[in-house]
Amino acid sequence: MPVRLSAFSLVRNALSSHERWPQLWRSPEPRRRYDVIVIGGGGHGLATAYYLAKEHGIGNVAVIEKGWLGGGNTGRNTTVVRSNYFYPESARLYDLSLRLYEGLSRDIGFNIMLSQRGVLTLAHNSHQLEMLARWLNAMHLNGIDGELLEPSRIREWVPLLNDSPTARYPVKGAVLQRRGGVARHDAVAWGYARAADALGVDIIQNCEVVGFLREGDRIVGVETSRGELRAPKVALAVAGHSSVLAAKAGFRLPVTSYALQAFVTEPVKPVLSCVVVSMSTGAYVSQSDKGELVTGGALDLYPSYAQRGNLPTLQGAVAGLLELFPCFSRLRMLRQWAGIVDVVHDSSPIIDEAPVKGLYLNCGWGTGGFKAIPGGGFAFAHLLATGRHHPAAEGFTLNRFTRGAMIDEGAAAGISH
Amino acid sequence: MLQITCPCCGPRDEPEFRWGGEVPLVRPGPPEQVSDEAWAEYLFTRDNPKGFVRERWLHALGCRQWFVVVRSTVTHEIRATTRLTDTLPEALT
Repeated sequence: MPVRLSAFSLVRNALSSHERWPQLWRSPEPRRRYDVIVIGGGGHGLATAYYLAKEHGIGNVAVIEKGWLGGGNTGRNTTVVRSNYFYPESARLYDLSLRLYEGLSRDIGFNIMLSQRGVLTLAHNSHQLEMLARWLNAMHLNGIDGELLEPSRIREWVPLLNDSPTARYPVKGAVLQRRGGVARHDAVAWGYARAADALGVDIIQNCEVVGFLREGDRIVGVETSRGELRAPKVALAVAGHSSVLAAKAGFRLPVTSYALQAFVTEPVKPVLSCVVVSMSTGAYVSQSDKGELVTGGALDLYPSYAQRGNLPTLQGAVAGLLELFPCFSRLRMLRQWAGIVDVVHDSSPIIDEAPVKGLYLNCGWGTGGFKAIPGGGFAFAHLLATGRHHPAAEGFTLNRFTRGAMIDEGAAAGISH
Repeated sequence: MLQITCPCCGPRDEPEFRWGGEVPLVRPGPPEQVSDEAWAEYLFTRDNPKGFVRERWLHALGCRQWFVVVRSTVTHEIRATTRLTDTLPEALT
């Protein structure tokens, strides 16, 4: 195991001016042969490798990443975690994820700064309130925590919210999931990388997959910018680039890649104690520990691989935010960025074997991949190790599009995108 | 912000337009002979390429015509826009 991090190690390293911290993970030369190669060094890929080693004893694993670790969507999200989903299938998977998040800092010995400050979803008219109540009932049936708040209670939680009788989006009620909140996104990637590395996983950065190695109709490895690597099982966890790699392997996916933007304002004193999501404006906002307001909105209007957002969507998101919180209008935006998300028709993931033997898929998380990192990695590792779907991830198959067995979360749960 | 040249109205800003998917996308038929696989392929499966792609766009807040745009999904550069009825030169497709 790596050096145990503790308050004592923090003090000791502070006394040596923080110059003697050990590296969190090795940067080994790739071996030529692995049991599993995971493509994509983001949260899902790293979590998959960690659970392969920890839960299934498969440590001869490589995670290969074309850029730097956690530099894709894992480093570009708004860090919200929650499991307030509508359908039983989604509730099982996302709540597995949230439960793993709850124990993750202790499990991997790395503080992911999980803050379960609550996720508050606002209804702005009586129809949305009815939908919220229905949604909450479904959550309760699925064993997920949640409570309906009256406007007076919402004011206690979010005093800055615009509750004027003339507001364009008056607040009629809200559902609060107290177990929801935020986690430090970089720490999730770094913590999983460190823990996986300690179990023997090779993490190889700056290593781009240029093609797949085949024997007959099977994929037996990958051709990369750092040579050929062989493994009987190759796992794809590349989010917005799933279609690009699928094309290299010779098949197509029901995936469209869009840019999803997020922005942060300059830091201010604590003004917002929970995550607020608005059903009408699509805006969502939380305040980071640094004091910055982290906010985002809808998808950009057309497919993109550009990792930068466009102005009309930013304007729409900010307008939505200011309808809810007029007092934020004087804050200046510090940074704006975008990640490329893999959107499928029913807004639910695909954790399944690919149409080509030897290749496995973890994609389709769309705009909600960060909250699903531990659960997605756990279920994907189970599929890779045992060849069977994890009980919490049944139904998230590729052939659900052919069978019509959609898990249509986008429409049912009223999630903003 | 994209500036898109509508074949009818000329260059206009992005908020006037709606994206309408990849082309060509041919609906299989007749319906009673289409397999579930072919139907799912038509409804959901896409090339989703990284690079230039042919797309259908609607000038929703203008002439309300559908037309074809050749656009890069990496740089967002628009190489050509044509009416649906025009044939694109091979080099642009």
